[in-house]
Amino acid sequence: MKPGTKLKSAACDTEVMVIRCGDGAIECGGAAMGEAKPEAVGTPSADFAAGTLMGKRYVDAAGTFELLCVKPGKGSLSVDGVALQVKDAKPLPASD
Amino acid sequence: MNIALFLEMAADAAPDRIALVCDGTRWTYADLLAGARGAAALIRQSEVAHVALLDESSEAAVMALFGAALAGVPYVPLNYRLADADLGALLARISPALIVGDGARVQRLCPDAANVIVSRAEFVAQAQALAGDAPVEADAGDDVAIQLFTSGTTAAPKTAILRHANLVSYILGTVEFAAAPEEDAALVSVPPYHIAGIAALLSSIYAMRRILMLPAFAPDAWLNLAATERASNAFVVPTMLARIIEAMGQMVAKGAAQPDLSALRAIAYGGGKMPTELIHQALDLFPTTGFTNAYGLTETSSTVALLGPDEHRAAHGSDDPVVRARLGSVGRPLPTVEIEIRDEDGQVLPPGVPGEIYVRGEQVSGEYRERSALDADGWFPTRDAGYIDADGYLFLSGRADDVIVRGGENISPGEIEDVVMTHPAVAEAAAVAIPSHEWGEAVGLIVVPRAGHSAPDEDELKQMVRARLRSSRVPERVLFTDALPYNEMGKLLRREIKTLFAR
Repeated sequence: MKPGTKLKSAACDTEVMVIRCGDGAIECGGAAMGEAKPEAVGTPSADFAAGTLMGKRYVDAAGTFELLCVKPGKGSLSVDGVALQVKDAKPLPASD
Repeated sequence: MNIALFLEMAADAAPDRIALVCDGTRWTYADLLAGARGAAALIRQSEVAHVALLDESSEAAVMALFGAALAGVPYVPLNYRLADADLGALLARISPALIVGDGARVQRLCPDAANVIVSRAEFVAQAQALAGDAPVEADAGDDVAIQLFTSGTTAAPKTAILRHANLVSYILGTVEFAAAPEEDAALVSVPPYHIAGIAALLSSIYAMRRILMLPAFAPDAWLNLAATERASNAFVVPTMLARIIEAMGQMVAKGAAQPDLSALRAIAYGGGKMPTELIHQALDLFPTTGFTNAYGLTETSSTVALLGPDEHRAAHGSDDPVVRARLGSVGRPLPTVEIEIRDEDGQVLPPGVPGEIYVRGEQVSGEYRERSALDADGWFPTRDAGYIDADGYLFLSGRADDVIVRGGENISPGEIEDVVMTHPAVAEAAAVAIPSHEWGEAVGLIVVPRAGHSAPDEDELKQMVRARLRSSRVPERVLFTDALPYNEMGKLLRREIKTLFAR
């Protein structure tokens, strides 16, 4: 999957833009995400229902995957069943 | 990836929030996105290779920037201050183009029937008219977002290109989405054709910090806008800061009311060398404002290193000469950027040793239309000279091309200038290479005497350099002048100084 691809959740309103990725299934609310929105949107599974936040970047422990949330939703993000974490970035002073 | 994403996200999160204030008109994020989508429709219809802007900053610059991005056509803001011959040559290089702005000048300099020319008002009106039916789908953003002609202080302008991927990486790496409180406002007074002017739009929109656009910089207009709109942030080049401080001083002298700058939390600066004395003065004058020095180039998508507010205050208040000297530094690399200093053979140099600055990171394009300047490992040779101290602070000492080579010895103009500037009667100084029969090149020094002082003695200046540096650094010729030549961004035009010695 190439950077810039937008993926939609099958379990909530979440949409992400892929910044970087490797091999593995990107999921939201426990269900695989896809470029098209499914006609029937389900609900997040209980284990992946912490929600996504607009503008946050989500990463895996190895730093292989990085997703930017461009639309928030009730599901939370995972790759092959392993939850992604919000990327912790030290705030920088505005420079332009 | 497409930089238009930043405006789409902001308009999605808070469509009715004010995004831009320009010439008294207020535009919401939804207004700007609609205008950008309409502009994209107009650009697609026009079937052009570039979208150019020949105009001062306005809402049209925002709509053209994002409209071009949505349509997948490179955006090329042009320097309207260029002389006719230079501008005509650049116009010929971008045809066929949709050109927004001074159409009469374009027609006169480049009467090319393939171009589509619209005035600012026509462009905004057409973008708004087309907005309703315009497609919302953005171009994939796999290609070039922005094309900027370098200022060409040493040679003919090069065509630097910044890809969507470079700019997206820069913004995501430096700005947190919607981090600005609603009352925040950033005063933008740099011209739209400069990388700082483009980065200011992208950063402010992604942070959702209201943009206060000042199309033509003048100190009184800047102070007035900052006070009435309660600017919280501003970016200035050093000459702007000097003129703002001077204007404030004149208000005090006349007993006029000072503008209320109590909201001004942060001032960032860059684009040229900041005189140490000026930044000390600014820190005293704005005791509660955080200052940030940003170092970057067009080819690096703006900032690659910065000296933050705490480091400014620590240096300003310190008696330790090493800490105090940091006010003359451009700070440390961004977490997402690597910086190395290398010698002429490409060998990495240890701390404290000057050489050429190399930069690497996803935001670094290092790419021109003609060729990529990146090496095999992705490092960009900036042609800036400098060194990194033991604590990782980067100090600039001018352009690598400005180095004076005297009898095989490399001399950085900065080291001589720093010594000469400590003389109480010297306001400004510049050292350049002058032809020498004996040495190939020698040091030429030009000095602006400080107001109220008589010109310093030539031999005294030479003696200072000999005592503080060494004999090879001693200027062979010294000239005195009323003012040094700078371009509008505060960059010293050393090429012009050299011609003064040739007379």
